[in-house]
Amino acid sequence: MTTISSVAAQDSALPRLRVDLLPLLLVPVLALLMLPLIGSFPTWVTLTVAGLAMGMMVFMMASGLTLIFGLMDVLNFGHGAFVSVGAFTATLVLLPMKGWVEADSILMNLSVVGLAILLAMLVTGILGWAFERIIIRPVYGLHLKQILITMGGMIVAEQLIHVIWGAEQIPLQLPTTFRGAFIIGDAALEKYRLIAVGVGLTVFVTMFLVLNRTKVGLLIRAGVENGEMVEALGYRIRRLFVGVFMAGSALAGLGGVMWGLYKETLTAAIGGEITVLVFIVIIIGGLGSVGGCFIGAMLVALVANYAGFLAPKVALVSDILLMVTVLLWRPQGLYPVAKR
Amino acid sequence: MIRTLLSGDLPRSRLLSALLLAVLFGLAFAPFLFPGARSLNVAATICVFIVLVASYDLLLGYTGIVSFAHTMFYGIGAYGVGLALHAMGPSWWAIFVGTAGALSLSLVLALVIGLFSLRVRAIFYAMITLAVASAFAVLASQLSDLTGGEDGRTFRVPELLQPGFHLIEGEIMGRAIDGKLITYYLVFSAALALFLFMLRIVNSPFGRVLQAIRENDFRAEALGYRTVIYRTLANCLGALIATLAGVLMALWLRYVGPKTMLSFEVMTDILLIVVIGGMGTVYGAVIGSALFILMQNYLQVLMKEASGALAGVPLLANLFHPDRWLLWLGVLFVLSVYFFPTGIVGRLRTKAALRRLR
Repeated sequence: MTTISSVAAQDSALPRLRVDLLPLLLVPVLALLMLPLIGSFPTWVTLTVAGLAMGMMVFMMASGLTLIFGLMDVLNFGHGAFVSVGAFTATLVLLPMKGWVEADSILMNLSVVGLAILLAMLVTGILGWAFERIIIRPVYGLHLKQILITMGGMIVAEQLIHVIWGAEQIPLQLPTTFRGAFIIGDAALEKYRLIAVGVGLTVFVTMFLVLNRTKVGLLIRAGVENGEMVEALGYRIRRLFVGVFMAGSALAGLGGVMWGLYKETLTAAIGGEITVLVFIVIIIGGLGSVGGCFIGAMLVALVANYAGFLAPKVALVSDILLMVTVLLWRPQGLYPVAKR
Repeated sequence: MIRTLLSGDLPRSRLLSALLLAVLFGLAFAPFLFPGARSLNVAATICVFIVLVASYDLLLGYTGIVSFAHTMFYGIGAYGVGLALHAMGPSWWAIFVGTAGALSLSLVLALVIGLFSLRVRAIFYAMITLAVASAFAVLASQLSDLTGGEDGRTFRVPELLQPGFHLIEGEIMGRAIDGKLITYYLVFSAALALFLFMLRIVNSPFGRVLQAIRENDFRAEALGYRTVIYRTLANCLGALIATLAGVLMALWLRYVGPKTMLSFEVMTDILLIVVIGGMGTVYGAVIGSALFILMQNYLQVLMKEASGALAGVPLLANLFHPDRWLLWLGVLFVLSVYFFPTGIVGRLRTKAALRRLR
């Protein structure tokens, strides 16, 4: 009896993971610091909401990439292709069902956008499966080839979009009830930005719960820490790889639809353009860390919005400046993943 | 003599030698062999790209660094000369100032980026350079007071290089000896000199260390070579040569603009050429550039015919649309990374080596 109780006592005395809260404070501190600089409260609210909305969309696209990198040590330079494909797939629903988009009914609007998102995520998920199979599987562990081959995959995907949807840019209409803004006091909050924040938060919370509260999440986190060990314990890490890759691609597709609707025009280069931002975000967050990626996305988007208002010329390089600052503070990113 | 000129790195394959000689011959006599402004333009572009791609191969093929900032250095060279000529008027002094300024800016940037990120893994460096290069491209197109924005800048070159200038009256072999011809030979000889210089570098002890780092950086470090320093040096060298390639291109086009000098398409072109031509062989840059630029300019004509023939079939016609030539090169690129990682040149060399064994 005594041994058992002593074991139990030791259990409770196990050292807990140290929670690093400092990066969490960055976003609110940054926002509050900017308030006196901007001067007017309503403008500040508008800018902050715009920044958060953009950050949420970037997070959707970046989270899959960072998770894939953490788990499989594969950096997919073609991740932007899934963003483009997602956005273009949405046009397959949004353009033929124009009536539903233009209808002044929130139910119809929601269902048509929901359908577009569902289809986009399905298509990009399947595409992700094929991409992993054909493009990435032969080059696991070879970084140089990975970079080259995913880059090649990106070029081919972008060209195929041209082949299928034509080379002209496609105007994408925002559903009627999503347009306009809520006016609260003097601050204008665009509806679509609020929707983006909502969707982004949902994705983040779901991801957080899946990663921290389910067995699959436990396995994924274990795989990020030490893949060989997970395999040795009898789990098929290969399946986990494929699953995460598909989920990451589908998230990029979701981000693509949201981003496309936000921009209201689509070109095949949309994914390539956002890739740079996504990379900066995951570098800032720490390669492989989902939480860091979330904070990184918020930081980048907020800084871009504030800088765009305060000093438009600086805004052109604000991402890089932010990245350099963060890396000078923490060279491995905000939340370094242990083994990287 | 030839052995010294080529730094002891002979083509080592009969077919490869023949191809290289054909390219050299074609480029050396391009103005006389292929009359017309367009073909001369193609020849000059090939010359510049050979230098640009070989300098990139110094990083990718020899040192194993993936950089996406190579177009940035190319653009710095082009903009340096272009803006100097635009601001100071057409003089050799302006060219000198522009080149020197561009070279020093490239050197500083390459050093900073290198020391900042070459300590860590290849992937990190690739991402950082991608971010920096895209920020630079945005800057160049937005600071329109200085750079002319999206439209770029056209400028006048010194009189000797202007198309209207005639060195001698009359023609030689049916070709007027005008400024355009002189510019072409300036580009050609500079490209040749730079090419031989790079061949010298990669076959020097320094080049051997770079290859050792590519093969196994841990072991190279263990042997006593400071890999960070060697990587940074290779990075700076590649950047400087790319800058010179940009200078040549600007002088040839008498124009600088973000689309031709800084866009990401130029970067993907370089990547495609290096991989298809052959990584880790300077000759790969020659074969790859010649093939690629020729295809870029003439494959489209072929594809137009194919597309016309398939006009009735909806998707196929699009697949062969002349603007989609990059699709086919992309497929070729992916396939060659898998199946011919050493590219055309490596393939030819292996074949020749096997034959010699038999």
